[in-house]
Amino acid sequence: MSVVQEKVSVVRRAAPQGRRFVLTPTVTVYLALVALLVVGSVLVGLKGGVLLDEGGILNILTRSTVLGLVAVGQTMAIVTGSLDLSVAYLIGLCSLVAAETMAGDTSMIAPAVVLVLVVAASVGLVNGLVITVLKANAFIATLGVALILRGYLEHNYTGPAGSVPRAFQHLGYDRIGPIPAATLLMLLIAAGVWWYLRRTRTGYHMYAVGGDIEVARLSGVRTSRTIVTAHVLCSLMAGLAGIFLASRLGSGAPYVGMDAGYDLESIAAVVLGGTVLAGGRGGVVGTIGGVLILSTLDTVFDDLAVDPFFKNVVRGVVLIIAVALYARSKGNGRTS
Amino acid sequence: MSEVVARLDGITKSFLGVPVLRGVDLELRAGEVHALMGENGAGKSTLLKVLAGVHRPDSGRILLGGNEVSFATPRDAQAAGIAIIHQELNLLPHRTVAENVFLGREPVRRGQVDRRAMVAETRRLLDWLGEDGIDPEAGVVRLPVAQRQVVEIVKALSADARVLAMDEPTAALADHEVELLYDLVARLRDRGMAILYVSHRMREVFDLSQRITVLKDGAFVTCSPTEELTSDQLVRHMVGRPLDALYPERPTEPGEVRISLRDAGNDRVRDLTFDVRAGEIVGLAGLQGSGRSAIARAIWGVEPFTAGVLERDGEPVRIPNPRTAVRKGIGYVTEDRKGEGLALRQSVRDNALLVRRAALRGQAARRASDLAALLKSVNVVAQGPHQEVRYLSGGNQQKVVLGKWLAVRPNVLIVDEPTRGIDVGAKQAVYQLLRDLAADGMAILMISSELPELIGMSDRILVMHEGAIAGALPAGASEEAVMGLATGHGIGEVA
Repeated sequence: MSVVQEKVSVVRRAAPQGRRFVLTPTVTVYLALVALLVVGSVLVGLKGGVLLDEGGILNILTRSTVLGLVAVGQTMAIVTGSLDLSVAYLIGLCSLVAAETMAGDTSMIAPAVVLVLVVAASVGLVNGLVITVLKANAFIATLGVALILRGYLEHNYTGPAGSVPRAFQHLGYDRIGPIPAATLLMLLIAAGVWWYLRRTRTGYHMYAVGGDIEVARLSGVRTSRTIVTAHVLCSLMAGLAGIFLASRLGSGAPYVGMDAGYDLESIAAVVLGGTVLAGGRGGVVGTIGGVLILSTLDTVFDDLAVDPFFKNVVRGVVLIIAVALYARSKGNGRTS
Repeated sequence: MSEVVARLDGITKSFLGVPVLRGVDLELRAGEVHALMGENGAGKSTLLKVLAGVHRPDSGRILLGGNEVSFATPRDAQAAGIAIIHQELNLLPHRTVAENVFLGREPVRRGQVDRRAMVAETRRLLDWLGEDGIDPEAGVVRLPVAQRQVVEIVKALSADARVLAMDEPTAALADHEVELLYDLVARLRDRGMAILYVSHRMREVFDLSQRITVLKDGAFVTCSPTEELTSDQLVRHMVGRPLDALYPERPTEPGEVRISLRDAGNDRVRDLTFDVRAGEIVGLAGLQGSGRSAIARAIWGVEPFTAGVLERDGEPVRIPNPRTAVRKGIGYVTEDRKGEGLALRQSVRDNALLVRRAALRGQAARRASDLAALLKSVNVVAQGPHQEVRYLSGGNQQKVVLGKWLAVRPNVLIVDEPTRGIDVGAKQAVYQLLRDLAADGMAILMISSELPELIGMSDRILVMHEGAIAGALPAGASEEAVMGLATGHGIGEVA
């Protein structure tokens, strides 16, 4: 991960004397990931299995794909000082829009994808406008939109609907070696978002708005536009997740996002990756690390056949430890 | 006479029907520092915000280089060459210097932010200001406050800024940092910048400005060259009271010893021996870092003494933490009113009762029946006890802080920079309040970096130098005597 190395060198340059090696959250999360892979391999090995065989890798990466898409979007919202609780229902809605529009017809794939993106962007726009124009707190605003989506889904659907053409299922199942094509696609998109946050003006402004919205406003940043943009992009990522799930499942599923808890799970991944929940610091690289840790944990637990309740206990403990570690290393001079 | 760069003409502005500016005129000239004075609430900050495009005037004109302009947003004002330094620091601590300087106007090249150009231009501006010690790629969080102020100024100076408006730029600075800022302002002025300088500090205004405009209750009072004004006249213009009434008389005969230090010390201060008696105000002078505040923090148990003896009403005591200090009847009005003194989003009532609720138990902690009397005793002007303190002026906030301590009836009060950032009228009220408390038997230890205030208020002045007491001076000592001791040169009389 060259990006991680770059971060370390930046920190070193900033602190020429004193501590030589500073653990930024981004470095920490990847070290933790390596440690988890080692420990997980040993534990699974003791039970006579292999964690990182082809099936294991496939399992980790497949889990990471949907969560990765959602969490990368969530990263933009959180960096901007907001957050999005509506992603889970939006994923369900988007999987339905995709599958019902396609209705088994290969020629409808492109229109369906476009339609999903339009729907997702509209929901993001609503989120952003409720926050900026109606001045609702982001937590409440997106919770409200989540409830509206839920009401719509519950009123209109009782179970899976629509169907995707066989050709479209390649997206969900094709692989290159042990790596699912969709995972590569997800990483490509994540790289794009990384570039967007770190290299474009709007990205800079997202960090500024999340860091201190008043400072940003007085500096001439269009704060409302920035927040709306972050929400539209966040929702678009959830839309992509919905498309991918439709491809895997073969049909649209209204509660697929909620059942997997992608709303809170994506926030957990972002925070685990070192992005500050209050905004202004963090980034996509850490988020991907956070996603990989959560998926690896799940895979290890599956291999060990651990009680699902205990699984959540461990996930909770991991999350709290991570955030406590980051809080202790605050003021370590991260500039972004 | 130099060129008029910007002119405000008959500016009026009301908020919710309350007039804040009533037809204010102002002319800013190239190469001139124009001070804007007035009490809090006089409309200084509002006028600045009109100039900055934050507020739109209800009527009146803004002329830049003779052309009428109208700003819808701060961005418009910035583009027109108006740079504003707001009262609070406006930087993102976790972004780099260059990222802060270009916030909101990042240069773009081939679709992405041109970081190289940003760094180069920031370096050029820093060099131009003679501040080449600041690394454009350093995180702001790593810079000392004085350098952050420089970054703030660099940030405000877009390529073609011709007007620089500063709203109390020294409020957050220590003494030696203020000197650096003076120097910087003078350099900018000499390069032809028109500078509007808002400050409460009389001396700054006389040191720096060529022209002074005074506002009172949103209306223009006077504008005149600085050299034609005396500080007495200036205060009269601002508050309608002469300066000599600023400090109340010292009538008191000190009573019994409340706090006594014998060879007390810790990591930061040493060999402290002095008493503070009921009814007297003892001033602590010294440069920033000389140990003034360290004494207060030691007495109050934040960083307790590790050597010597601390006596309270004649009994040796240990005060290992602030809670013990409170319970032993010592109040501490900290330097940082907004950060440490008040819960800004809570009501006047909650703030005033904060210490009582925290330090006392049972019925005594819940008692609120005397709230009205308490607030009255410190003369808080608020819409009512349920108003959030962040809406109060600095002076009224400080009165709430005093009230919060008086609620637990201490008989020793330590006040650190009690009038920082509050206007002359409110300062006078705070001075009178402190003197009244002393007259009622309070022992007061007062820390201040404003020498006139310290000298005007104190019955005795202890001057700190490098962690020890360099000397004690009687009431009414000269500023030269205090500075001599504080800088380690002079020899003072021992009181």
